Parts: sequence; structure tokens; C-alpha cells
Amino acid sequence: MAEEKKPWWYSTYDAFDTFLRVPGTVTRKGAHVRDGIDLKRVMIMVVIALVPAALFGMYNVGLQTATLYGLEWSFLQMFFYGLLRMLPLFVVSYVVGLAIEFASSQIRGEEVNEGYLVTGFLIPLIVPVDVPLWMLALAVAFSVIFVKECFGGTGMNIWNPALVARAFLFFSYPSSMSGSSVWVSKTWAGLGDVDAISAATPLAMAHDGGFDAATGVISSANQSYSFMDMFWGFIPGSTGETSVVAILLGALILVWTGVASWKIMVSSVAGGLLVGWLGQMAGATAVPCYYQLVMGGFLFGSVFMATDPVTAAQTETGKWIYGFLVGALAVIVRLWNPGYMEGMMLAILFMNTMAPLIDHCVVSVHTGRRAKKALTA
Amino acid sequence: MSNNLALKKGLDIPIKGAAVPEVIKTVSPDVVAVKPTDFKGLVPRLLVKEGDAVKAGSPVMADKQRPEILFTSPVSGTVQQIVRGEKRKLLAVLVKADAVQDYVDFGSKAPATAVETKDLLLKSGLWGSLVQRPYGVMAHPEETPKAIFVSSFSTAPLAADSAFVLGDALKDIQAGIDALAKIAPVHIGVAKGSPFAGVSNAAVHTVSGPHPAGNVGVQISHIAPIRKGEIVWTVSLLHLAAIGHVVNTGKLELTRKVAVTGPSAPKTGYVTALPGTPVKSITEVGEGIRVIGGDVLTGEYLGAEGCIGFFDNQITLLREGDAREWFGWAKPFRPKVYSSSWCYFSWLTPSKKYDMDTNLHGGPRAFVQTKCFEDVTPMDIFPIYLIKACLAGDIEKMEKFGIYEVLPEDLALCDYVDPSKNEIQAIIGQGIDLMIKEMA
Repeated sequence: MAEEKKPWWYSTYDAFDTFLRVPGTVTRKGAHVRDGIDLKRVMIMVVIALVPAALFGMYNVGLQTATLYGLEWSFLQMFFYGLLRMLPLFVVSYVVGLAIEFASSQIRGEEVNEGYLVTGFLIPLIVPVDVPLWMLALAVAFSVIFVKECFGGTGMNIWNPALVARAFLFFSYPSSMSGSSVWVSKTWAGLGDVDAISAATPLAMAHDGGFDAATGVISSANQSYSFMDMFWGFIPGSTGETSVVAILLGALILVWTGVASWKIMVSSVAGGLLVGWLGQMAGATAVPCYYQLVMGGFLFGSVFMATDPVTAAQTETGKWIYGFLVGALAVIVRLWNPGYMEGMMLAILFMNTMAPLIDHCVVSVHTGRRAKKALTA
Repeated sequence: MSNNLALKKGLDIPIKGAAVPEVIKTVSPDVVAVKPTDFKGLVPRLLVKEGDAVKAGSPVMADKQRPEILFTSPVSGTVQQIVRGEKRKLLAVLVKADAVQDYVDFGSKAPATAVETKDLLLKSGLWGSLVQRPYGVMAHPEETPKAIFVSSFSTAPLAADSAFVLGDALKDIQAGIDALAKIAPVHIGVAKGSPFAGVSNAAVHTVSGPHPAGNVGVQISHIAPIRKGEIVWTVSLLHLAAIGHVVNTGKLELTRKVAVTGPSAPKTGYVTALPGTPVKSITEVGEGIRVIGGDVLTGEYLGAEGCIGFFDNQITLLREGDAREWFGWAKPFRPKVYSSSWCYFSWLTPSKKYDMDTNLHGGPRAFVQTKCFEDVTPMDIFPIYLIKACLAGDIEKMEKFGIYEVLPEDLALCDYVDPSKNEIQAIIGQGIDLMIKEMA
């Protein structure tokens, strides 16, 4: 059967068309019936799992701004402030990312892959809310072009594109990405310059020795957060990462639907706890190990970033090893790195790089065992 | 080596249209096709011409390289037509059946040696029922396998119930086992409570679990995995009974109960028919219905004008799913669509059977999720690594990752579950073809 020549805009047309209606393609070879699942459904499940964290994050953006400026805002005011601050980030992330995705699908003559639905949702959740939009656009473009499309698109990439976008920002524009003044939204509040007031994340405060072992509270000159504050998420930080409760809700959806590997989540938490505990024993920190889970992006990374099926280990044994090392490395960076206290991003990117090696080892051991069994059988 | 095999991984696809256990029709043979395309690895040489008279059991074609392998007519009658395709490729020999059947007598004497068994199989046209592993090609008469495997049941979707189909052929089955046991030790996989569990002269393995537990390849991989250089043969229970029948009576009798199944079958049940019987005389076929010889996972596209094959004892009728559903993937509930994934809510209705069609339910993508393959592959292999090795055409890796142990049918469920809609069976098939070419 000669393949019909498709018009140049076919990829874009097909993307919109199949977005609305299931394609009428019937099976041609192999199994005659197919499961109802497709990548669109898989990806939308991840987005749904991210929604609790995103919604809480929007509220928390408002809450942190109101707290910093001493405003008497209602719950809805806080939420809508956050929503308004977050919307441009989502728009920029999706418009820039999808435009590149569509263009490169068209160049390759393939159907548009759904992977960016998730990446585009993740990126706004892991950057400071005040990040200039042009920077975000640049980071998204860099990540989608060089980390994803250059490797062949979704399913072929080695590193998690959302994290690379964040890493790009972090190394290119450190002043907008780190320090104690970027994690609370200050623009649009219109209440004058409060740059002098610190709005550091608990992670940074703990790093600077702000942990009080007697009360379990992390504090600085003008801030103080208890374990429960951090657990619920009423702390400064990236929009999506603060609330453990919202992230666990997402984790529940991911694990229940089987979209993400619970093995990676569990082993990452185990790795983090173990190193956190060792660090405390060795005197590297006064903070108890379970604080590592509620501070910073540890849990968000473990649940949503490390579990990306494309960039994580693919063998089941490999997933245990990979997850454990992600968690362990993240906390090692937190405890023994003087300059940079959030290790999750680099831990995951590093383990993304190592994942094929882990799989290679697991598979080699397995094939070796099979060969040995053949000799004795 | 355990004789009790409880497999956990796999999936039983809940599709509507299981055959009710009764014979609804007996097709008296009219025109029957002998198709060389049924046998993998066969280059046919025609032995008859149009107008020749044949008996049931008379050779109509042979293998070009190994002319001792004969393929015989299942009926007595006259050769009506030689059907050829492109480049004069032989597609089928059509035999018009006589009113009264006349059989070639192969002598009802139990073979005493391996040579006698092989001889009987080669002459009677049943050699083609022996499938060699690795690669799933027709067995070679000069080789001796390390074992012969039979799976006495099928777990494939809507498969014919072997206890109903062959429960009364125990004597033939035993004679078949006895004959094959002259060549190599026979292993038979049986379901719990199977009528075939009592056979002697064979190692009986009780196997339980979801599909593909009934696949002979899966059973082999647990009982005696195939390594490089090893050969095993497999034969279906249906043909084992036919072999036994020749041994017992000297007559080639391929008549079988064919299960008519599928959500679009006008009436499900069993039809007694010969291989090569036209689909039309077995069941009515409506507009827009796909006729599959075999089950929905591994079956072959027959078409309403086709004939059932040498290995088929099931046909499945399935609606062509070219209708387009609005917002399919985005709907929270799709009660008519089954998904084994928990991204949908099919798990709420575990006993529901679905009116499935041939829709692909998505577009082809790169591999993203891979654990789903392992969940439906109860073998000691990494499916995704084997698949990628096949895609890359890397012989060494294919060997390492277990290409000798699998046929496409063993990974058929990977086709089914893959959210990226890759054609896994086709990929494995290409890998196997490459192995045959390179290792020859």
C-alpha cells in the first residue's frame, strides 16, 4: 500500500484532530484488539496528579506575599493573587514549548507527542514565581530543543526536560533563581521595596543554622516555621514543592494508576532518610532526617521528577537503586555542600545520566545468571 | 524442575463472545484449500495439477529443499484449482471433495522407532504440525530435538475449550504421545482438573495463571528454557490427536471442532470442519466485520472470502473500529472501552465483558512506559531490551536477551497493552527473521 503524501501541516492538524477525537485507525498487524490506554491518557494522569500541588501552590503564593507585606488578605484573595501570578508562567511555558514541539514534529513528519503536556505543567511549578517571563521562555526553548528534540523527542531524551529548564535558569541567572529574596512574589503587590526583608526558604534557614533542636522550629530574624508548617506547605519555595499533603495526593494518583513507579518514590525517600540520619549522627546537621522530606523540593522531585519513565531506570531492580541514589545524593548535597543547599535537581539530573548504566548492570547480572543456569540445567 | 507451575503475570482480556460449548453446525466438505502459507519456513513444490484425483492423505505439495516433507489433502476429491499470487507464488490448492470419502491407508501400526514415527509423519502430511523452537519454523526431519512440548490448553482470548474439543480423543492423544516419545521426551502442560492430566509416557506439568500461561513457549521457558544451540519441537494438542489417529487407524483425519467466537459472531459455538474450509460455510459474516483465523491477539486476517488454516481451530469475528469517539482519552469514564491500565475505571467492573473492536485507541509513539510489558510477560526475560535489540538488529544482544525462547505470540499481550501502540509482535517477528537469515 503506497503511503499517501501528507501535506506539510499534517502534524499540527493531526495533533488537534486527535486531541478532540480518538483516531479511527484500526489495527493492521499484530494484536487485532488494543487496550484503551494511550499516551494522551497517561500524560493527562500526571497533569491531574499535579493539580493539587498547583492549586495549593497558587494559594501559598498569595499567602507568602500577604505574610511578607503584612496584608490582611482573605483566602480567595490569596488564591487569586497566586493564580494571576502563575497564569503567565503557564502560558509562556506551554506556548513556547508546544510551538517548538509542533515545529519539530512537523520537520520529522511525525505525530505530535504528548510529553510536553506534563513538562509544560511542571516547569512553572519548579521555578520562582517572579522569574522574568523572557528568562522562562529562554529556558523552555533551550530545554525542549537541546534536551528533547535533539535526541528525537519524547521517549528519546536522557534528562528530564523540566529539570533541565530549571537547571538552565539556575546556572544562567543565579540571582533570579537562588538566595533569600526570590521565593516570595513581590511584584504587583505595589507596596514598595521590601528587598531588604529576607524571605528565605526553610531549607536555606536550616542550612544557616536556624534549626532549634528543642522546639523543632526553623527560624531566622523575621521568619519561623514548624514541622507542620512545612508539612502542610505554608512556607516560601517553588510553587509546587511546598505542600507535602498536596504532593502525597498526587503520588497517590500516580501510584494508583500505575503511571509512575512507587519503587522509585519509596527508595528515594529511603535514601534521603538514611543519609539525613547519617548526617545528623556525623554532626553535619542538627536537623532530624525526616525534616529533609518536608523541606525544599525533595518530595516533589521524588514523586514527579525522578519517576519520569523515560529518564528513570527501566528495570525494576534498577528502579530501586536509581531511586535510592537520587534521594541519597540529594541529601548529601544538602548537608555537605557549603554553597548550594538544594540538591534534588542535580541529584535527579545526575541519576538520569546514570540510569542507563544502572540498567546495564542489572541486565548484565540477569543475563549472566541465565547463562549460568543454562550450564547447570 | 517443578511439575506445578503457577504463573502470576499476564492478562485475560475480557472480550465478549466466548463459544458456547455445543456443536452448532457440521460443514460437509465441498471445496477445501491446502495453503502452503500456513507453514513458516516452507518453500512449496507442487505435486498435483488441476483435474488430478486425490484421496484424503494423498500428497499435493512438498517442501522444495526437503522433498520428503509432504503436505496432503485432507479430503478425497479432484484438484479444482491452483491459486497463485504475485510472481506465481503458490497460495492454495483447492480440492473439490467427493461425496464419499476415500482415505489413503498409512497402516495402523504403532511406530516402533523414531525413524518410523518420522516416516509416518512425513508421509501423512502431519510433519508440518511440528514447529521448531527457536524461530517457530517447521521442524527439520534430520534433527533431533531435546524435547517435544505440547500445551493441552489455550488461555488466549475466547480460545476453544480443549476439554470440550478433544476430551473424547484421549486414546488418539495417548497414541500420539507414544509415537512422538520415540523421537524425544514429551512434556505436556495441562490446566488444573484437565482430562489430559492422566496421560502416560510424558512429563505432565500443571500450569495455572492468566494468559499467556497456556502458550507452549511460556511453559517451555519455565520447564526447560531453550539455550543457544538447543532445539525443541512443539505440536498442538489438535495435531497430537491427529497423529494418534493416524497411528490408531491409518487414516488422516483433520476434521476438528472450530470455535466460532467474538463479539460480532452472529452465533457462537463450535462448527465441525476441515482445515481449508471457507469461512463462508462456517459462519455468516456481516458488513464491516473482520474475520480472524485464531484469537484476537495472534490470529491471522482471513477475510470473509478466506479459508481457515491448518493450525486454526478458532475464528473470531470482530467489528472494524473505524468510528471516531469524541474526547475519548479525556473522558473520565468510557464504559464501553476496556483498559487493563488503572488510568481508566475498568477495574471497577472486573467481571464485565466488552464488545471490543479493532480500533487502535491512539497513535504510534516512542516507548515511554515499559513496565506494562513485564507485567504481561511471565518469562525470565526483559521484554523491552529484547524488543530494542530486535529493532536495532543486534544479533548478539537478541541472543543474550532471549530471542531463542520467544515467538511473537508469547509477547502478543505487549502489543495489546502498549500505550505507545508499538507493533511488538511484528518487531519480534523481524528479529526472528533476521536470526534465521544470519544463523543459517
